[in-house]
Amino acid sequence: MIDPLAGASADAASAAADRSSRSVLRRLLGMPIAVLSLSFLVLVVLVAIVGPFLAPYNPNAASAALVLGPITPEHLLGTDSAGRDVFSRMLHATRFSVAGALLALVVAAVIGVTGGLIAGYYGKWFEGLSAWVVGLVQALPGIVVLLAARAVLGPSMWTSMAIFGVLLSPAFYRLVYSTVSAVRDELYVDAARVSGLSDARIIGRHILTVVRGPALVQASFVTGVAIAIQAGLEFLGLGDLSIPTWGSMLSEGFANIYTNPALMLWPSLAIGLTCMSLVLLANSLRDVFERSGSAGRRRPPRTGGAAQAEIEREQVVRHDGGRFADAEVLLDVRELAVGYAQDDGSIKTVVEDVSLTVHRGEVHGLIGESGSGKTQTAWSVLRLLPEGGRIVGGAIEFEGVDLASVSAGRMRGLRGAKIAYIPQEPMSNLDPSFTIGSQLVQPMCQKLGISRSEARRRALDLLDRVGIPQPERTFAAYPHEVSGGMAQRVLIAGAVSCGPDLLIADEPTTALDVTVQADVLDLLRSLQQELKMGVILVTHNFGVVADLCDTVSVMRTGRIVETGPVDEIFARPTHPYTRSLFDAVLEEIGPEGLEPVDVVEGDEERTPVSEGAVK
Amino acid sequence: MLSFIARRVASGVVLVLTISVIAFLLLYAGGGDIARRLLGEDATPETVAQKAHELGLDQPLIAQFANWVAGVLHGDFGTSWFTSQPVSDAILSRLSVTLSLVFGATVLIAIVSVVLGVLAATRRGWLDAAVQVLSLVGTAIPAFLIATGLVLVFAINLRWFTPTGYVQFAASPSGWLASVTLPVVALSLGGIAAVTQQIRGSMVDSLRHDYVRTLESRGLNRRTIVLQHVLRNAAGPGLAVLGVHFVGLLGGAVIIEQIFAIPGMGQVAVTATSQGDIPLVMGLVIATAILVVILNLLVDLAQGWLNPKVRLS
Repeated sequence: MIDPLAGASADAASAAADRSSRSVLRRLLGMPIAVLSLSFLVLVVLVAIVGPFLAPYNPNAASAALVLGPITPEHLLGTDSAGRDVFSRMLHATRFSVAGALLALVVAAVIGVTGGLIAGYYGKWFEGLSAWVVGLVQALPGIVVLLAARAVLGPSMWTSMAIFGVLLSPAFYRLVYSTVSAVRDELYVDAARVSGLSDARIIGRHILTVVRGPALVQASFVTGVAIAIQAGLEFLGLGDLSIPTWGSMLSEGFANIYTNPALMLWPSLAIGLTCMSLVLLANSLRDVFERSGSAGRRRPPRTGGAAQAEIEREQVVRHDGGRFADAEVLLDVRELAVGYAQDDGSIKTVVEDVSLTVHRGEVHGLIGESGSGKTQTAWSVLRLLPEGGRIVGGAIEFEGVDLASVSAGRMRGLRGAKIAYIPQEPMSNLDPSFTIGSQLVQPMCQKLGISRSEARRRALDLLDRVGIPQPERTFAAYPHEVSGGMAQRVLIAGAVSCGPDLLIADEPTTALDVTVQADVLDLLRSLQQELKMGVILVTHNFGVVADLCDTVSVMRTGRIVETGPVDEIFARPTHPYTRSLFDAVLEEIGPEGLEPVDVVEGDEERTPVSEGAVK
Repeated sequence: MLSFIARRVASGVVLVLTISVIAFLLLYAGGGDIARRLLGEDATPETVAQKAHELGLDQPLIAQFANWVAGVLHGDFGTSWFTSQPVSDAILSRLSVTLSLVFGATVLIAIVSVVLGVLAATRRGWLDAAVQVLSLVGTAIPAFLIATGLVLVFAINLRWFTPTGYVQFAASPSGWLASVTLPVVALSLGGIAAVTQQIRGSMVDSLRHDYVRTLESRGLNRRTIVLQHVLRNAAGPGLAVLGVHFVGLLGGAVIIEQIFAIPGMGQVAVTATSQGDIPLVMGLVIATAILVVILNLLVDLAQGWLNPKVRLS
């Protein structure tokens, strides 16, 4: 029963491969550079095949009467220092140069692909051995090996190029080996094996089709390298003097550089353009294969939901009052809109008509599921939207300045000193190459203008303040040496180090171990009260809102749907979406209801730190 | 860190030993009757036998190899068959010339690649496009082709430099600089293309990391963030490519020295090769392998300095 099924799927796979190889050619022909380089290469191959039959003279026929002769109808490109016809020599040289490069390519491909298949498919001892051989082969410059071989074996271009093929084989070996060992355990290969296909058929049908594209790219590169090294060897005069090649012709031209530099022109053009075409073709091929391999690899902005759903215009439910109603306004966001530039030149709006106010000393929660635009709103206040994103409408007033339009320099002055940020994922937000201490000291020196020793003293105090048991040790540690919880405390210390008025905290506990979350929330609350900061707290957890926030705004698909004091909203959730969020919380908590439970799944793009990462 | 260095040194020694064995076997056993080749077809069998005995070629290969190894342990790499100069002298007297080319090129590659790579990654736009095109051209065109073009344009037509020859640094520093400028530039372009491309790519990747946003949120200067934090994290891959390219520079120097008539190891190599001077070729292979091993060690040390995870593990 299984056999025909597996066979059918294999046939489908190879049919798909056929179709894709046709479309690869079609797409390649749609790229002007690829067409240009491909045409030139076809021309070169044609000359290599038929050129020698069209050559008017014997390429080695010397004539004392014609030494360094000019261009005449008889000698289209003149004659060289031995009176040989340059045009005829070029035609013959093309054949030998192309044939030499192809010999190297074939040797490299046969050895590399076979070795890669065996090592990748059967693994075990062969893997280790061939990796070692590859290292050995690449420890010496190719030309040195070829010189050594020439010293023993004499001046044969064919021998040299065959040896060079061996030296080039790692290019194919690595490629095939890595592809095959990745595919080896794929389900469809297992299925084929179970269904009784022989190894040879599995390799032919499933594995070679995977390797084909990248191998073609590699072949184009390798041929270019072979052309170059062969020309180099001939240029040194170490080749077979009885056959004309591009390299030996260039060498001949270079020897007459004072009297007749034009002799260098044709071989230079031939070598240069052929190498260039091969590299350009390889690049185009790679573009084509990469695009067909994984369509649309460019990451869309982190706002899946808002991007897809049409932003609906509806009335925001506002609850008035709260104990901050009469306090000093710190941040006033009015009708903020955020958009991302698209490939087609349009702008996709992901946040629209967001208005919110943060008073001095107030904690304002932004809650909603992933893609609701809450993080985009937070980043807008910092003016740190990812590439392609920008504020497309509205105003962000902070201490009398509109952050949406203020100059980049002034914004930089406000960041750190007046507005600070605590990210979600602690480990990826510390620079792995610098100690924790230096990452705390550097901003303090720049923003507060204090000395390094003073900054160091303050950093140690801060580390102590955020509850790190051995501040000195953590100060000297690198980020990968501390746990996720510790790293988040370090980031909190960094955020408050320059005494900001406004703190943007983007899901500050989501990535942490459950046991650490409560401690970090406590720390945030006590720091906020101590420093009288206004806070925007982005979260998807109603537990965190209840714990920390004074005011909350519920966001959905890029808009605020309901906003007001936390007590009011918890007592009288009005908008259907807010109510559905509450219902979801109640369902998940269940009768015991002890742990704070996430309302929705975390953003799929930000995998939380698992317990394993906490050392 | 010490055990890390010790391991790398040990694997380097093993590599050099392996290369010696393979090179010796291929050079001494691969070419048939070496004495006959040296003397030509017309030599009588007696003179050929005499020559073979003189060079120790009549002994079994194993014995020849044992002799060679015993010599090497005393710093004796044999004697050239043609000039009767000790191989170590022939190589050491040329080593500084080749190294000044190769290290000059390495420094030039490092500096230009960092500048171009950082500019392309941070400015993007036309500058990025220009850098991409240039690195494509630099990858494709062989160094010796660039060298012949440079000689034609800058030495022969514009007369800015003397086309060939080498001036000792000790004799005249400015003369030395003028004599190595074109060769170093020709040697560097391929490496500049490859390393710039790598640094640009890893800068673009590093700029997207979360910690960059956090550093920005602290209000640090853009310059501090890019040049200290992002570049440091992007430098590792660039350095790796530079290390690989160093092997290519040693090879490229052979041809470049020939073009500019610079008396370095490359010239010795070409002469020795065309004469079939096996002891000298053998010495050159070993010298090259040792240089590569030393450079790889330096690259590993630099990687450890750049990346604390490497250093501490």
